[in-house]
Amino acid sequence: MILSLSKDNIQVQREQDVVLLRNRVKEVAVKIKMGLLNQTKLITAASELLRNMLRYGNGGTCLVEIVSRGRDNGVRLTFADKGPGIADIPQAMRDGFSTGRSLGLGLPGAKRLVNEFDIKSKVGEGTTVMILKWANG
Amino acid sequence: MPFNIAKLLENQKKNILELWMKNQLEDEGLREDLITNEELRAQSEELVGSLVANIGAGGSTDLDGDNWSPVIEILGGIAITRARQGFSPRETGKFVYSLKEAILEVLQEQIGDDPKMLFEESRKINRIMDGLTVVTFETFIKGREEVILRQTDEIAEISTPVIRVWDGILALPIIGTLDSQRTQIVMENLLQEIVDTGSSIAILDISGVPAVDSLVAQHLIKTVSATRLMGAECIISGIRPEIAQTVVHLGIDLSSIITKSSLASALAYAFRTLRLEVRKQVVQNK
Repeated sequence: MILSLSKDNIQVQREQDVVLLRNRVKEVAVKIKMGLLNQTKLITAASELLRNMLRYGNGGTCLVEIVSRGRDNGVRLTFADKGPGIADIPQAMRDGFSTGRSLGLGLPGAKRLVNEFDIKSKVGEGTTVMILKWANG
Repeated sequence: MPFNIAKLLENQKKNILELWMKNQLEDEGLREDLITNEELRAQSEELVGSLVANIGAGGSTDLDGDNWSPVIEILGGIAITRARQGFSPRETGKFVYSLKEAILEVLQEQIGDDPKMLFEESRKINRIMDGLTVVTFETFIKGREEVILRQTDEIAEISTPVIRVWDGILALPIIGTLDSQRTQIVMENLLQEIVDTGSSIAILDISGVPAVDSLVAQHLIKTVSATRLMGAECIISGIRPEIAQTVVHLGIDLSSIITKSSLASALAYAFRTLRLEVRKQVVQNK
């Protein structure tokens, strides 16, 4: 049972917003006493997903939540865009696959950096990615 | 005889201005450090003049109409100047609200014996002044945003300096996020400097980069490749422990690049490559 303790919705439309969101994520991570390594992992994963959202989804929103499960606290980020969507998710999750001439490590890399990862996408409607990192995970 | 608000206001213009000035000057928060009394009076006079003239001319309370554009322009000008001068929103808001106070007070004085008419006219004035207040704030915020945008540009302009640490060794400290635009500037500066100084080793220090994601890594790899094409070796230094672990988890392969944890070790490596030796001199006493 995961409880959400605080919610904060942030709009992401421009590249400058990446810095803003990163600071916000860092703030909540520090609040729940997440270690430096996990903070860096979470922030890096967040910035991967943000860049994806800006590049392929024309921006969107990011929901920043502090969640708790029993004695564990964590940060859950939900990225939602109304972009073109991903047709083949397993392909997109493969290392080195990219439609945009990048390294193709964003989605699979982000998944490796966090504890929980969930991606939902509908072609023509948009993509939602949820990541969760526990403070001691 | 139908009541003519325009005429009344025209006659009472001086009164309104005096009252308004009094309201403003009475306010304890008046920023005499930012604006002199004369300037304030000039601004107020201009605004009252055009406002009264406008109420007289059209009578329409719809601020979107063309006839309101001179008033809005004057008000906008004042709001933007105030934003730049560093007035707070409250002070700017008071400037407009106190005008409303003044006009209502004059109306009360003049037609106070006819409550129905007073209400009608007050409502009209209220509508106009509220519209003007909204305009003031919109412009005020726009003025502030311009200041912020200019600062953003300035920060972006503080381009990353290329430092010549030794004969043939360049260092380039990168602070902040590496986006595409920044990488372009960094790369241009670095490559040009390599040509100008004939250096053979460049050290890119990323101690000041908060997070290295795949895009930043890609930019770094590109910079290193370009440097190699120019015949120079590129060392990336300042990789913190948490960054190292994150990069590994992300699956980015930086093994083809020489990386060091600190600028000092990168410099030491550069010295070795150039066959330079740094030694502590031993003074021998006899």
